[in-house]
Amino acid sequence: MTKVQRLRPLAVGGVVLVIAIGAAALAPLIAPHDPYAQAVGLRLIPPVWDVGGSWSNILGTDPLGRDLLSRIIYGARISISAGALAVTVSMILGVLMGLLAGYYGGRVDTVISNAVNLMLAFPFLLLALAAVAVIGPGFRNMVIVLGVTGWPIYTRVVRAETLKYREREFILAARALGLGSPRIIWGHVLPNLVNTIIVMSSLEVARMIILESFLSFLGLGIQPPTPSWGAMLGEGRVYMFTHWWLAAFPGLAIFITTLGINLFGDGLRDLLDPHRVLAAATARTE
Amino acid sequence: MPVYVAQRLLQALFVCLGISVITFLLLHVAGDPVLLLLPQSASDADVALLKQKLGLDRPLVLQYLAFLADALHGDFGQSLFTQESAFALILERMPATLELTLAGTLVGLGVAIPLGVLAAIKRGSILDRLSTVGAVGGQAMPIFWLGIMLIILFAVKLRVLPASGRGTLAHLILPAITLGVYLAPLTMRLTRSGMLDVLTQDYIRTARAKGVVEGVVLFKHALRNAAIPIVTILGIQFGRLLGGAIVTETVFAWPGVASLAVKAIRTYDYPVVQGSVVFLALLIVLVNLLTDVAVAWLDPRIRLGGDRD
Repeated sequence: MTKVQRLRPLAVGGVVLVIAIGAAALAPLIAPHDPYAQAVGLRLIPPVWDVGGSWSNILGTDPLGRDLLSRIIYGARISISAGALAVTVSMILGVLMGLLAGYYGGRVDTVISNAVNLMLAFPFLLLALAAVAVIGPGFRNMVIVLGVTGWPIYTRVVRAETLKYREREFILAARALGLGSPRIIWGHVLPNLVNTIIVMSSLEVARMIILESFLSFLGLGIQPPTPSWGAMLGEGRVYMFTHWWLAAFPGLAIFITTLGINLFGDGLRDLLDPHRVLAAATARTE
Repeated sequence: MPVYVAQRLLQALFVCLGISVITFLLLHVAGDPVLLLLPQSASDADVALLKQKLGLDRPLVLQYLAFLADALHGDFGQSLFTQESAFALILERMPATLELTLAGTLVGLGVAIPLGVLAAIKRGSILDRLSTVGAVGGQAMPIFWLGIMLIILFAVKLRVLPASGRGTLAHLILPAITLGVYLAPLTMRLTRSGMLDVLTQDYIRTARAKGVVEGVVLFKHALRNAAIPIVTILGIQFGRLLGGAIVTETVFAWPGVASLAVKAIRTYDYPVVQGSVVFLALLIVLVNLLTDVAVAWLDPRIRLGGDRD
């Protein structure tokens, strides 16, 4: 493949990401209506191309007469921030444990590796569902649960990579110069893993957005009336036999966003880290 | 081989113990079951009485040991709503979950493995590129949305398939496709890369060089060796499969263990939550164990050579 062909997914994914983040950041400026404004007279208007649709509500309205497009634009804020925050939490936890396990080995490694095996044996989704149900729904709790349950995949990869570097000459040299372990880990091991971690995190954002949506879909995540794609899809499901657009468009927003993120992540992988280790290492999750 | 199996068995036992601890702590430390059970207006005396009745006033370690002892006998307590044994409820739902996961696996693998093998053989062809694009799209798909779209299309608009429930083969089609779409992309990608790895091995080049017919090279030399990564993939996917089943069962109101668990979580029916989480997690441990043993047996380097690692 030519270089241009290889960069295509990165570019397409990047454009989708810019649009999604732009929508989230500029929602008050670009949304045609107030996402909370109810209008009894405008209930359940179909999208503009359907019989009875109108240009003032391009994607139609919901059972409370709220504009669907405006709610989807505002919903980007929830999905993107929940995905990014959950990934930040699980990445910091997971990378830290992976570095410790890989660098120190021995008992530290045994404990951490067993914890990883344990977490990976759980049906991740069920664990997250149960945890959210116990500590209560809402944005903050959901981010905590997703973050705290999502770390093992980073630990697994970072541990394996750290093991590889531990015996390399430049690490031995640093040790011979008398550098302490924290400084070697921070200054000499971690910089070599940055590419891997960036690629992994970007792909994880997509997974977290889908999980967040599913939790909200079940009513365990974002609570109404806050517009979130998952919760809107959940509301739309009730009306799927009569008003298809209520479920179709919020789900489409999730799909396009996660597709964009995956393309971007895959593109980054080709650009930064051409070996395939990552794919195999990340397979044993969910 | 026996040493390896024994090691894996020990590891699996450890994981089982960990699962019981986490499940227990999740519901006893993170949330107070009694507060979930009683109305908010309940008096302190009521709370204390119920705690005593359920044995929740004992030290945590004793509570855990009692939980573990009961769990080993298949006793997770009774559903707080129907008073039925939680374990019986779970077993009753098991055939539906097995049916769905089996059908979903057949759909997913039936598409993914042939496509993965073909894509590897015809690397760079249109088929290879199309299946890669399809896999990227499939991996980004929120399958709860896909399920709803399938219902809208086939049950509401076209009226050819039922929207939910279980019973006839027609009921199985949409859920199986939904679950299949969840499984297929990763399986396809891993099959393709596993097959590509095998195809670049020296013995394949040797076979070709000595004039072995291409079909024999592919089926006798390549596919047989690619079977090892493919079996591994099947095992690895099992955890994902159950995750997908949770979503699929919820969307299609499929009466399986996963939808039982989701319903129990939403109604705080904690014996059923505990029972189904432990049950499903143990199932994953068991399948992973069997996969590792099967792979060890398939691979003579492990079967005859003693230890891995």
